[in-house]
Amino acid sequence: MGPILIVMENGASGFVDSSKELITKGREIAKNLEISSIAVGFGQDAESQLKNLPVDRVIAITNPELSQYHPLAYEKTLSEIVKKEEPYLTLVANTTMGMDLGAGVASSVSLPLIAYCNQVAIAGQEVVATSSVFAGKLMAEIVVPKSGAVLTVMPGAWSATEDSGSPQVDVLSVDIPPSMRILRTIEPEKSDVDITKADILISVGRGIEGPENLTLAEELAEAIGGVVSCSRPVVDAGWLPKSRQVGKSGQTVKPKLYMAFGISGAPEHQQGMKDADLIIAVNTDENASIMDIAHFGTTVDMLELMPALTERLRGE
Amino acid sequence: MHIAVLMKSVPDLVEDIALDEHEGQILFDEMSYVPSEWDDQALEEALVIKEESGAEVTAVSIETQDSDNLLFTALAKGSDNAVKLVGDFDLSLTNRQRAQIFADYLHKQPFDLILSGVQAIDDVDGQIPGLVAGIMGWPHASVVTEVRVKDQGIILRQEYAGGLVAEIESSTPVVVGIQAARKPPRYASIAKVRQVAKSRQIEEVEVPLSNVPALTVRRFYKPVASAHAEMVDGDVEDVAARIAEILQERNLLRR
Repeated sequence: MGPILIVMENGASGFVDSSKELITKGREIAKNLEISSIAVGFGQDAESQLKNLPVDRVIAITNPELSQYHPLAYEKTLSEIVKKEEPYLTLVANTTMGMDLGAGVASSVSLPLIAYCNQVAIAGQEVVATSSVFAGKLMAEIVVPKSGAVLTVMPGAWSATEDSGSPQVDVLSVDIPPSMRILRTIEPEKSDVDITKADILISVGRGIEGPENLTLAEELAEAIGGVVSCSRPVVDAGWLPKSRQVGKSGQTVKPKLYMAFGISGAPEHQQGMKDADLIIAVNTDENASIMDIAHFGTTVDMLELMPALTERLRGE
Repeated sequence: MHIAVLMKSVPDLVEDIALDEHEGQILFDEMSYVPSEWDDQALEEALVIKEESGAEVTAVSIETQDSDNLLFTALAKGSDNAVKLVGDFDLSLTNRQRAQIFADYLHKQPFDLILSGVQAIDDVDGQIPGLVAGIMGWPHASVVTEVRVKDQGIILRQEYAGGLVAEIESSTPVVVGIQAARKPPRYASIAKVRQVAKSRQIEEVEVPLSNVPALTVRRFYKPVASAHAEMVDGDVEDVAARIAEILQERNLLRR
């Protein structure tokens, strides 16, 4: 059986936590199955960052241009490594990078992909992966084929490793295909508010129905001393700026109070807010995923509740 | 520029997922289906590109229950052509199978740009854009919110966590997974779709079902939440009063 191959993703300072989480689990599986573990990293700091990871071997791709994600170069390089090393499991975090990379690598090397994975367990001779699908409404239990698979793992599935080790270090540089070129990186627009710093977030989702109803959320936010944030569909519809978005491709927040109005709680959204101290969810569906992580929930009409609560908080 | 938009329908989550809980298998024929929202975004971005630079847009779907409606809607919105891939297919097709069917069709066609939704709610075994690109050996980028034509290639914007965006230049052919179009998807009225269904044709192309790497889902099950919210019942005023009380108890009110 081949090794466990773990793909590390670069963040603003060092590897992102979701990659370090993969190290934790990858090592555990490797130990149990008595196979080796390999971590792969990219960019000019790859070697220095990888050399202390608690795995058996690391592969540092040291082209400075690859400090930043390059869809084509990462996929080609990783596919080559997978072909050569023939790993049993290739673990990639289900970040935006991982979602891009996982499917491309899996199909180019003819391996199956298990997406949105949030659990991997060893049961006798079998490795069983569990994935969250249909917006969190169903779990899929999948036996990993002996011939191997690529797994994209939901961030937060395990704790990030803090251990260190002294792996064998392989350093290489690769040819970057000229057909794709990164022109520039654009920082998110600075907005009037930083939702990551707010103690109270009044967060709205699809249930807000239209931009004309945003006033209700703004008035409630003002009455309670919070700010308005939202889930992805509200940004995609152009009703609120990207800077207000909570979730995987938006901001991760940890306020004292998170009020979710009309947000179903897809895994991508939960990823950005599940650690809030107090979560109150308003959703017409009592079984919406958001209710599983909320402390309090209600199914009344949010468009009626918001003004009623505003009035009450204003002492009217 | 000739653009293909790969589209599919997914179970409507407004209803419960039909599940044989004993066997742990999804009852695909017992659900109603809606267009995958991200594919709708992909179609919109293709139509925006067409308006900007005169591209030709072809909507492509695999024949399952309601692919005709999906394709006529695409035509009603402004797609130039609609292609239905036919064969021995049903609603239980995996994404890997879908990707292979799409790839088998696409590699004989002169498309420059393939767009599809970045993900779908049912992609247990991966997302269509990356799978299709990997099979065809084409470059791809996903989680993209903007595609513009420039000379013989494209410039796209790919998103990362925290709202960071990379602007990437790519030659064609290329596959792009669309997270969101630059504009909200346009609407086609039922009357317009009906009219299009009478006046326009969907091209049918037969595609074989090849063997692909498969996953065995041992069972699907409804997650047992470790916790559930404590529900606050009553009318709106009762609920508002109780929430105010909860906030008061936790010192979350300013006065």
